[in-house]
Amino acid sequence: MAPAGVGAPSGSRLADRVFHLLCLAGALTVGLLLLLVLWELIKGSHLSMKTFGWKFFISKTWDPNAGVDGAYGALPFIYGTIVTSIIALVIAVPLSIGTAIYLTDLAPMWLRQPLTSIIEMLAAVPSVIWGLWGIFVLVPVLRTDVYPVLQKILGFLPFFEGPILGVGLLTAGTIVAIMILPIVTSVSREVLRSVPNLQREAAYALGATRWEVTRIAVLSYARRGLMGAAVLGLGRALGETMAVTMVIGNAPNISLSLFDSGDTLASVIANQFPEASGVMLSSLFELGLVLLGVTILVNILAQIMIHALTTAETRRVA
Amino acid sequence: MIVASANHRFRKFKSLAMNSLCIACALLVILPLVVILFYLVKMGASSLNLAFFTNLPQAPNQPGSGMANAIAGTLELLLLASFVGVPAGILGGIYLSEYGGERMNRWIRFWADVLNGVPSIVWGMLSYALVVIRMKAFSAWAGGLALGFIMLPLVLRTTEEVLVLVPRSYREAALALGLPQWKTIMRIVLPTALRGIVTGILLAMGRIAGETAPLLFTALGNDYWNHNLSGPIAALPLQIFKYAISAYDDWHRQAWAGALVLVALTFILSIGVRLFSRGRFQKST
Amino acid sequence: MNFMTPDETKPAPARASESSPAAAPRADSNSTAEPASAAARPVSAITVKDLSVFFGKHQVLKSVSLDIQARAVTAIIGPSGCGKSTFLRSLNRMHELVAEARMEGDIRLFGEDIYGKNVEPVLVRRRVGMVFQKSNPFPTMSIGENVTVGLRLNGIRNRAVLQERTEQSLRMAALWDEVKDRLNAPAVSLSGGQQQRLCIARALAVQPEVLLMDEPASALDPLATSKIEDLILELKKDYTIVIVTHNMQQAARASDYTAFFYMGELVEFGATSQIFTSPKQKRTEDYVTGRFG
Repeated sequence: MAPAGVGAPSGSRLADRVFHLLCLAGALTVGLLLLLVLWELIKGSHLSMKTFGWKFFISKTWDPNAGVDGAYGALPFIYGTIVTSIIALVIAVPLSIGTAIYLTDLAPMWLRQPLTSIIEMLAAVPSVIWGLWGIFVLVPVLRTDVYPVLQKILGFLPFFEGPILGVGLLTAGTIVAIMILPIVTSVSREVLRSVPNLQREAAYALGATRWEVTRIAVLSYARRGLMGAAVLGLGRALGETMAVTMVIGNAPNISLSLFDSGDTLASVIANQFPEASGVMLSSLFELGLVLLGVTILVNILAQIMIHALTTAETRRVA
Repeated sequence: MIVASANHRFRKFKSLAMNSLCIACALLVILPLVVILFYLVKMGASSLNLAFFTNLPQAPNQPGSGMANAIAGTLELLLLASFVGVPAGILGGIYLSEYGGERMNRWIRFWADVLNGVPSIVWGMLSYALVVIRMKAFSAWAGGLALGFIMLPLVLRTTEEVLVLVPRSYREAALALGLPQWKTIMRIVLPTALRGIVTGILLAMGRIAGETAPLLFTALGNDYWNHNLSGPIAALPLQIFKYAISAYDDWHRQAWAGALVLVALTFILSIGVRLFSRGRFQKST
Repeated sequence: MNFMTPDETKPAPARASESSPAAAPRADSNSTAEPASAAARPVSAITVKDLSVFFGKHQVLKSVSLDIQARAVTAIIGPSGCGKSTFLRSLNRMHELVAEARMEGDIRLFGEDIYGKNVEPVLVRRRVGMVFQKSNPFPTMSIGENVTVGLRLNGIRNRAVLQERTEQSLRMAALWDEVKDRLNAPAVSLSGGQQQRLCIARALAVQPEVLLMDEPASALDPLATSKIEDLILELKKDYTIVIVTHNMQQAARASDYTAFFYMGELVEFGATSQIFTSPKQKRTEDYVTGRFG
């Protein structure tokens, strides 16, 4: 930090210090927010934790009328969150990586920026609008045209048995997939772009075809970063609320059938929080705490994986 | 001898097939955008009229229903959120760029990025615990606070990124003239980066304008004009949600119209701003 | 399996000797090579006629003609930006990887037009290998996997064949003794000089006829550099080598023929000894005596 100058009045030294502290305070709000949200959620969950203890995480019940204050458990929502997130990843990650390959190595130069901008526009569409479209366009189409066909072909698997409602786990997973496409694509693209051209040239010089160059020189090199992109997408998928709550059916089920309705941590909070009180409210806080904890862990993992790519590069130069 | 063999023909075919697959992926990725814009216009455009922008919501099937209060409410909430997110975000961004050691900065950046990934509904819960419970009422303050929490790490990172681009020579020239550091930052560095900082703020606004979840139990929503920030306030995404899950076709139709307006707002804030600032940059260089 | 060993395809070996700088076309004439003596008839591995390369509107090479002798080392020298790397890359069609690249002229590999209408660059690159300025082994593969990657791409899966080729290539690259016990170690665990020799082994494993080297030792320390130069002198017994270098002493030490490029033109081409001791063109003399560049 540069001194204020020999002839500067001592007032400005004070001003400098005050300003420095103000900025420091601003930076520390990041830590403050994190601690604050953890603290308040733990505080809010206290009643629920006292009432249900560890059983909360394996209990399937969600009934305001049971017992004295109602009986609540997290399992259906944990299940729903995991299932919809996995479906979203299975659909979105291959599409995103394929698109990233196209944008990095295959697309003509004039097409790359417009295409990237379109994908950015996709990211700007709010969740509630995807939910709106989901209810009135996607669900009917899936219910009448797609799911019956799916059931006919794959109905022998337990995942595709049972009544077709239109809303449900698979629908919610599909919409979440659409919503995480932009971020997984853009991070994947950054990762692929950071693969040194020299690697590609090495493969070309051996007489590799275009795809072989991508496979050998690019995808292998970028493996860890691409996984980081997928984990980042997972982090996003875990927290999707509005679109999910509008098309998932909102029933605390644990069902193997993907056509069945379900619920996720975020969507049950969205549905029941406004009118909740007492033990139920506290249980919702506890669900929020689970959601927060898992999301933070997943995001930390993603950051580590994506940044590991840069350290691998610097290691090579030796 | 530079002639294709069976092995080579297969490899060539495989390369073509895989590359076609990648093109198909790209098409599938942009398909949802095309589809959603199509439906928004198809289902919503016909319901957009002057009344929509000036009238209050009515009961289903009543003529002259509008979302004026929701549009106004969204704008008010954006303003309130800025009071929370912008000052701390800018100050923090200045700290990362101008002060701060290597290690500390890495941590702050890391946690800011993690905060960016926290689901927005959790911020609603925090605001509920801090404000709604204490005030024993849903309010615009609570809604603005929740949205502000989302804005903060976004503004912090974009501010830092822009400040770092200001050439070091500007600072050195000012300091060499005897300006104290705080004045250097306020008078020289910040104004130079101002365009970028404003862009970052508008981008963050675009992001929170569409947020519904944090408002569900903070701002709550309102069918009337809200003249008191300590009470519930309407917001466009909340109105859309309420209408979408209702049982009335008339309300569904209005939900589409509201959605079209919301998408226009978010697009202008997110993309229009970026295009605008890109253009301005090119002119100045 | 479409695999030809070098012996099946190459004509009788011709050792280029210093006393008969035959087939050395001058820059001012477009005539092709004239053999000096019938006893040591030199063979052209690559004949280049009127090669011009454009990147968009910018012309990088202007009507270059020369013959690369088989089983000899040809050095390409010249100041930065003279087009030597572009020339090298046009010999295995790698310059096409740059957008808006265009070429005119004729390049033939042992008589076959490598830019013919139905010719695939992929096949050309199998026969003309390349080693780069900065070593670039594939970091996610082991040493052994790096050597065999070219073979596996071509469908050779037989373990015995792969093992044999691995040892053969690593011996030719003078790396076998150093790595034979750790073929499964990651390629990036080698030193810079070793990595470059690994890249040479990788290129040799697919048994190309010509090996192109783009300043292969410029990123290496003097000890590693001299190892590479010794390697080149060994390799030329079996392979045709074209090496781009900005290090004139290296060109003088390691090559049989030298081509001097300046601003996209081939100024002079001849036996290395002649180029360095009695160059015919003033510009050549200025460059090799260090007056510019």
